[in-house]
Amino acid sequence: MRSRSSISPGWTLLLVTTLLVCIVAAPTFGQMPDDGVITFEDTVQVMVAAPTSLIATDHKYDDGEKIDLQWVPSIDDLPGIGTVVGYRIYRQDDGGVAEVIANLPAKANHYRDENTELGHTYIYSVAALTDGAEFMSNLTESISPEREWIDFSKRYLFLIALLVGGAVIYFIEIARRGKKLFVRKIAGLEAVDDAVGRATEMGRPILFIPGIQDMDDVQTLAGLTILGRISKTIADYDTEIFMPVSRSLVMTAGREIIKSSYQTAGRPEKYSDNMVTYITDEQFGYVAAVDGIMVREKPATVFLLGAFFAESLILAETGNYIGAIQIAGTARPAQLPFFIAACDFTLIGEELFAASAYLSEDPKALGSLKGQDVGKAVAMVIIVVGVLAATMGQAWDISSMNSLVDILKTIFSTS
Amino acid sequence: MEHFAVWVAAFLTLGIVSFLYKDNPWYKLSEAIFVGISAGYWFVVLFWDNIYGKFWNGIFPEELIDSAGNVVTREPDYWLLVGAVLGTLMLLRLIPKIGWISRWPLAFIIGCTSGLYLINYFSSNMMRQVEATIMPLVGHWVLDPATSQNAFSAFSGADIFSNLVLVIGTFTGLVYFYFSKEHRGAFGGTAKVGIFFIMITFGASFGYTVMSRMSLLIGRADFLLFDWLGLVR
Repeated sequence: MRSRSSISPGWTLLLVTTLLVCIVAAPTFGQMPDDGVITFEDTVQVMVAAPTSLIATDHKYDDGEKIDLQWVPSIDDLPGIGTVVGYRIYRQDDGGVAEVIANLPAKANHYRDENTELGHTYIYSVAALTDGAEFMSNLTESISPEREWIDFSKRYLFLIALLVGGAVIYFIEIARRGKKLFVRKIAGLEAVDDAVGRATEMGRPILFIPGIQDMDDVQTLAGLTILGRISKTIADYDTEIFMPVSRSLVMTAGREIIKSSYQTAGRPEKYSDNMVTYITDEQFGYVAAVDGIMVREKPATVFLLGAFFAESLILAETGNYIGAIQIAGTARPAQLPFFIAACDFTLIGEELFAASAYLSEDPKALGSLKGQDVGKAVAMVIIVVGVLAATMGQAWDISSMNSLVDILKTIFSTS
Repeated sequence: MEHFAVWVAAFLTLGIVSFLYKDNPWYKLSEAIFVGISAGYWFVVLFWDNIYGKFWNGIFPEELIDSAGNVVTREPDYWLLVGAVLGTLMLLRLIPKIGWISRWPLAFIIGCTSGLYLINYFSSNMMRQVEATIMPLVGHWVLDPATSQNAFSAFSGADIFSNLVLVIGTFTGLVYFYFSKEHRGAFGGTAKVGIFFIMITFGASFGYTVMSRMSLLIGRADFLLFDWLGLVR
């Protein structure tokens, strides 16, 4: 007869198994793994599997400031169950204390540490998070970020830039040898001489507005290049020009350009620094001043060439109101509609950049423009071939076409 | 004091708006105040941000105290001296005899800007555009979850139209901006299609931007009617 106080073998087995599970699971079961103290509250948490196969690799083609982590998410990180609420990344820097560097949502399986330093050694670990507990993965091997001097991921960009650059050099050489390079007429630029002539006949000044950006904007550079050609005509015709600017560097560059044009025209004594005046860096303060100048000085011609923002329509509409002939140009798509609505001629995007070559007929500028056209021709051909190949390859499942599309996408991919 | 500031702001706002009638002394006064204050404001901002904040603090970094109370020292960044030298050279134009030296920093800025933007523009305006345009027009192969095998899935009519707009718009737009050939015959016709696409885009952009400008107008009207006159609650 069995005693009532004795424990059956089945219960004994269950008790021993539970104890063993608690002992084995304890290191990954604690609420705060770094304090080493396991509390009763920890042991009532739902237990989930830790992430596995954690590996850390040096990020390729960087300056030694990135390390990539990849892991297989916890097998309990399943849709709808929701026991795993996220992942926590720990990092140990040069044998120091492990610190949390990121918290990621559930399902995450990779992370890029972008705050590493050259010469340091790192060890990582990833913990699966539940409501109140963490389940740590294995530790990674020690890893140090490395610096690569050449970014080979941009090799195709380099090759295509080399192709276009080579075409530019080729056409510059052709132009230098005296061969006439054809460039189609650009309507807005054909009107430049007429606009300057009109101001001369009317005895009124010309207003040149180079936008509100600094010399680090390529549109400002393009506008100033056109200013070089316009100011030569102005110096030849002995017309008055006024150029209010909102950036000090643009003022300096504008003065240099106009001064040089007057010297070339043989009239250096006619040049004055007052032709180019700084107003203010403040966008609408500048606009208020330029609007005032327009209605008071009543220029016969207004050039708006450069980078413009919300002030574009205010300036162009005021120029329209005073009856000036207006030639505008910018590469900002949001502002071009206003110029088209309010100005007589508008240089759209690329035309602004082509303008300098067209106006100057300088071999370097013309060669550069023709070289860029080679780039555009290549792009057009690639688009036609790529779209046809992609459409035929997908519609009739032609593997060679799909391979061609993959190759083209790889070449033109910049990521 | 706050009430006074609201009155000043309302006075200047109406002064600027009076330009819609014609140029007048009220507008001239508002304009002069706006330009003068903003020029002074930007001088102060640029001085404290750049000359003091970046240059001075970079060359003579102050010690910082972290959250644990430890003193953190920083290394001086002597590369900033290059910028300081170039900036100083710019000021030499105030001395007519050696003013020509101020062209050097200008040449440096223009050269660096051109070089830097060449790759950025080339990458974003050409490479990415071409990559994004290479696409199947009518359908593609996708994994069918039911059979776990790839199957051809035709695009909807709207998707095909969208793809055609993207491909034709990009191609004809490129033709329009091709400067080495006169716009005549089939090439001219294609360029004309390109400019149609561009103008439709501008029309949409015009409407969108006008709406955002309306919000600015509403902002000023709200200030006048609510903050100043207290008519609207």
